[in-house]
Amino acid sequence: MNGGTFRREFEVTGGDFYNAGRVSTEIKEILRQIGIAAPKIRRIAIAAYEAEMNIVMYARSGMVILQVTPEIVRLDVSDVGPGIENIELAMQEGYSTASEEMRALGFGAGMGLPNIKKNADRFEIRSEVGKGTTLEIEVNL
Amino acid sequence: MKLSEILQQLDAAVCTHPERADTEVTGGYCGDLLSDVIANAQAGQVWVTIQVHSNIVAVAALKDLAAVILANGRKPQEDTLRKAQEQNVTLLTSPMTSFELAGKIYTMIAHLDLGSGCR
Repeated sequence: MNGGTFRREFEVTGGDFYNAGRVSTEIKEILRQIGIAAPKIRRIAIAAYEAEMNIVMYARSGMVILQVTPEIVRLDVSDVGPGIENIELAMQEGYSTASEEMRALGFGAGMGLPNIKKNADRFEIRSEVGKGTTLEIEVNL
Repeated sequence: MKLSEILQQLDAAVCTHPERADTEVTGGYCGDLLSDVIANAQAGQVWVTIQVHSNIVAVAALKDLAAVILANGRKPQEDTLRKAQEQNVTLLTSPMTSFELAGKIYTMIAHLDLGSGCR
């Protein structure tokens, strides 16, 4: 990504359910101010929310980097946490490792990663058990 | 249909942002799984749920929902109220079940569609 890029970094704290959603709400507002079309914002907001919630639910800490060029919106999400043992399984709709407590609050539907993939034009996930997970999410403009 | 018209016909109390009652409602969505609502609710809809914790506010704000209706007489938690105030989200409570609320709201909106010559 080169000239004309908007870039902003956001920190996400694992376990901080009170502030969960704050980063994705902020990203949505930034994209609205930049003048991105509403249907694109909706897709990015869903992906950003799910990525943010995954950090809050599973990781110790994480970072979301938003980049906007004339061609794409890109989110680079990285966390320090337990990582994902079986990515193929984690990508299946309905599969979740969420606790009973989280499920009772309406989390852990096993839709997070599938929702991100569905709303992205390009999606990559890498994970190392015991270290953390990184996501690359792009939506074409 | 305006939120205020729907409110009149439901036994609902407004917890936050009564001034937003003239918001236009385009439909509704029922769900207690946040990822399901994030994926499938549409802007302008009312969301009927039994979840009362503060994360419902982020979902409603992100999706530009017209209002959140807490069913079964459930009351929002303190921090849910605070967040809804901050983020301009209209929260309602109703003693009706999700099923009853969905049925009533659906009928109101479907009736409106028929009346306006959509068929």
